[in-house]
Formats: sequence, C-alpha cells, structure tokens
Amino acid sequence: MSVPEAMVFAEGVTKSFGSIEVLKGVNMEVAKGQVVCLIGPSGSGKSTFLRCINNLETINSGWLSVDGELVGFRQEGNNLIELREKEVAARRAQIGMVFQHFNLFANKTAIKNVMEGPVAVRRMNKVDAKRLAETLLDKVGLKHKGDAYPSELSGGQQQRVAIARAMAMEPKLLLFDEPTSALDPELVGEVLEVMRELARGGMTMVVVTHEMAFARDVADIIFFMDGGVVVEAGPPSQILNAPQSPRLREFLSNVS
Amino acid sequence: MSVSDQITTPLPARATADRRDTNWKIVRRPSYGRWAVDALLAFVVVGLCWLSFTNPNFQWDVVGKYLFHPAVLNGLWTTVSLTTITMVLGVGIGILFAMMMLSHDRFLKSFAAAYIWLFRGTPLLVQLIFWFNISALYPQINIGIPGGPYLFSFSGNSITPFMAAVLGLALHEGAYMAEIVRGGVQAVGRGQSQAAIALGMTRLQAFGRITLPQALRIIVPATGNQVILMLKTTSLVSVIALPELLYSVQNIYARTFEIIPLLIVASVWYLFMCSLLSLVQYFLEKKLGKGH
Ligand SMILES: Nc1ncnc2c1ncn2[C@@H]1O[C@H](COP(=O)(O)OP(=O)(O)O)[C@@H](O)[C@H]1O
Ligand SMILES: [Mg+2]
Repeated sequence: MSVPEAMVFAEGVTKSFGSIEVLKGVNMEVAKGQVVCLIGPSGSGKSTFLRCINNLETINSGWLSVDGELVGFRQEGNNLIELREKEVAARRAQIGMVFQHFNLFANKTAIKNVMEGPVAVRRMNKVDAKRLAETLLDKVGLKHKGDAYPSELSGGQQQRVAIARAMAMEPKLLLFDEPTSALDPELVGEVLEVMRELARGGMTMVVVTHEMAFARDVADIIFFMDGGVVVEAGPPSQILNAPQSPRLREFLSNVS
Repeated sequence: MSVSDQITTPLPARATADRRDTNWKIVRRPSYGRWAVDALLAFVVVGLCWLSFTNPNFQWDVVGKYLFHPAVLNGLWTTVSLTTITMVLGVGIGILFAMMMLSHDRFLKSFAAAYIWLFRGTPLLVQLIFWFNISALYPQINIGIPGGPYLFSFSGNSITPFMAAVLGLALHEGAYMAEIVRGGVQAVGRGQSQAAIALGMTRLQAFGRITLPQALRIIVPATGNQVILMLKTTSLVSVIALPELLYSVQNIYARTFEIIPLLIVASVWYLFMCSLLSLVQYFLEKKLGKGH
C-alpha cells in the first residue's frame, strides 16, 4: 500500500479527541530527503498530525506509515495489532522532534541534554556520547555553551540545543512544530539557519511553520491544512504564488 | 588615565567640577523607629530569660537530672524509630497512591482519592484510638483465598500499641505524602516527559530519568517538613500508652509531680532533633537546586 520511497505516507488519517474530530482524512506523502512545510490556520490540526507521525497520538482510522512501517501497529493478515510500548519507543527513537517551547530538560546542562538520548535510549557509553554531543553543539554554533543550563540560554540558543538533542539520535526523520514561534524576532534567524543547514545535508524534515520566507526557500513541497484535511499541496512557487483554493488565498493574505 | 579623561563626554562646567573634586561620603538616615523596636524586643527576651532562669519552680536542676535518664532516652529512641518507620512507610504509601492518582485508570484514581479523603479528613487522634481498638471490629483477621487455606492469620486482640501507632501514623502520613508527591510531579511541565518520550524513552524511563529528579526539588523539602512534623506528632501516641518521649516523661512526673521540668526535658530533646533535621534539610535542598 505504501510507496517504497516514501518516508511518511498518510492516507485518510483521522483523529478525534472525544467527540471532536480534529483530523478528518489527511493525505500526505513525504519522500526521503525531502523537506516539507505544513502551513495553515491555528487549530487546523497541524500539531496533531505531526504528533501522530511519531505516535504521541494514535490515529483512529486511515493508513499512516513511516519508512514503510505502519505507525503504532503491526499488520498480520487482516488484523492491525497494536505494538507494545517498547516497540513504539524504539520506532520513536528514529524520529526526532523539535517543539515550539524547546522542552529542554531543565535540570540538565546543554551537553547533558544532548547526551540524554544516546545514553538512555541508544545505550551509548558516556565518553562516546559526550564526544557526539560536543560535535553536535559545535554544529549548531554552541560549542562553548555545553555547561550552561537551559535557564541560562536565550530562546534561540535553547532551540538550537533542542535540535542538537534530536540529531543525537541520528534520526531518519525530523519533525518541527513551529520551532520559531516562541522566539523573539531577532532570534528566529539563527534557528532557521541551523534548519537550512540540516536540509542541505539531506535530512528528511516535516516542518510546521508560519515562516513563509523559510518555506519558500527550503521546502520541496508545502502542504496547506485547514479544518483537519490537506486542502492544497505543491511546490512553494505554486502554493505561495498561484494558490488555487479560496481558503489558501485568504490564509496567505492574512499571514503576509 | 589621561586618555579616559580626554574622552569623557563634556558636561556643564559646574557639574564636572563638583564630581571630580569631591570625595563623596554617603550619609545614612538614622532609623530611630527600628532601634526602638529592637530595644523593646531585647528587653522582652532578656526579661523572659531572667524570669525562667530565676524562677525556682522551673527546677532547672531537675531538668539536668532527667535529661539523660534511661527512661527518657528509651522514650527518645522509641520516638526516633517510630518517626523513621512511619515516614518510610508513609513515603512508600504516598508514592503508590500518587501514581494511582496520576494514572489514566478511573478506578485507580477514585480509589486513591477515596483513601486520601478518608485519612486526611479524620483526626489522627481518632485514627490512632481506632486502630488500637481494632479487635472490637475484627477479633480475627485472616488473609487467604476465600474458602481456601489462610495465607496469613492474625488475632485483632494481639495488636500492640506499637503496631497501632505505626498503622495509624503511616496510613495518615501516606495520605499527605500522596498529595505532596502528586503536586511535585504535576509541577514538572508536561513538555519535559513529552520530550523524553519523543527521544524514544518508555514512560517509566521518562518518569525515572526526567520527571522524578525535577519533582524531587519540590517533594524533598516538603517531605523534610513532614519528617519534622512527624517527630512531634508521634507524641500523640501517648494516648494509647506507647512509651515514646512524651509518655516516658509523663510516666516519671506521674510519680514525682515534677511536671514542668520534665516537660522541659522532652521539649529540649524535640528541639534538638528538629534542629538536626533542619540542618539535613538545608543541605539536601542546596544539592537539589541545580539548574533553577
Ligand atoms: N489533547 C487534546 N485534547 C483535546 N483536544 C485537542 C488536543 N490536542 C489538540 N486538540 C484540539 O485539536 C484541534 C487542532 O489542534 P492542533 O493540532 O494543535 O492545531 P494546530 O497545530 O494546527 O494549531 C484544536 O481545536 C485543539 O483544541
Ligand atoms: Mg500547533
């Protein structure tokens, strides 16, 4: 059913919270090495869909696979069998996630934040983990901030540490949920620059964002979501310059 | 020096002259009001000390005589062990019930809520007397498969004051600790465990490695207060004739009628133990403060 090249493949994905249906049949395909941006008005289900991809939420119906593997289930004949928590966790370990509010571990220094995944999940020894963390902090331009606690870092620095923390798991897919929305305007650029660098390096990324300039520059495909479905999808030139649906046109005129 | 002189921004001539040439001295305003309050307080303190040390009815020599009396030291030991045992049990019960409160299972949640409601909502003194008299309710307690052989059998009549005290204090403490642990865990933002889970940790791992260490920052100081409170609360079990510190001195003054000096003896020991515990608490809190 899923396309072999696809890193993320979604067809008719629905998700409800209680009686409220938040995702009403999302279709999406992200090829390996692609960068896609998810745009759309607040409450349209972007975060929820992102969280479904790494099984922080479980979908109610439809088909959702990552790298050819069904998310949260195992297929046996006609049955979809729910995975055990350990299996779910093992798959999540291969998907990095960066949050709007960074969510750095408040009681750990920057370098310990980056080491945590490798040590706790990949069972790497501390010496190797430390070396890996140093390399990654260097990559995001924070080599000298390893011993700082999150409370001692600016928002932009915290988010860059969070990206390094996600990268330490050597993920095959990175999810970003509005990574710059909580930042002061002058700090947005440094985070986007790190993300650009990752995109250039061939990382597969799904980015929920309101930064249209970033989407235009970096995205291979932009998905416009509204009311729990993908309304329109295409390359940035098409989505941003020649929007087809009235809803997208209205959305773009509001964010510009 | 000369360089910095040259680049100072030009100021109006008079202001510049004033700043450069004067050796400023700050003159503080005298605070007569505060001195008056201090003096009054000092007078009260000295007066109270004078009154207590010169009043022969305090019988300080009797205090000295009984401070290290074997019966008193035995009572102190009982108080300390009772505090230790009930706090260990109370913390254990508290963690268990906090986890039930935090679980997604409605039944577990309600069960824990009912426990906390019951044991926080009735006076400890009532609970202690209740456990001491449990045999009136259950002369014989058997645990096993209904209809099958008993795994454990226990006569309600053989409940000792010590067992009643441990039961009463620990169950009561457990209810308070459950709320402390729950509050501490909930004070750690959901984003913390979420990030840990997104890294690929199991929920248990995320709790143990990320949430709990941060929750301890709140739980430990509060638990410290509970220990200090418990040390003194154990004196309640004197009503079921368990010879802890208070009951031991009561035993003595029932014979000698030296009530005040013996109450001072007990108080000295309570104060001493509390001071020790406060010290431990201080260092623990300092150690846990990292990153905040
Ligand atoms: N855990 C949840 N429980 C109940 N409702 C939720 C939950 N998460 C999201 N929602 C609801 O789902 C809708 C979509 O939310 P979200 O996916 O965060 O939208 P977006 O990220 O596009 O702004 C919102 O109306 C939100 O209130
Ligand atoms: Mg969102």
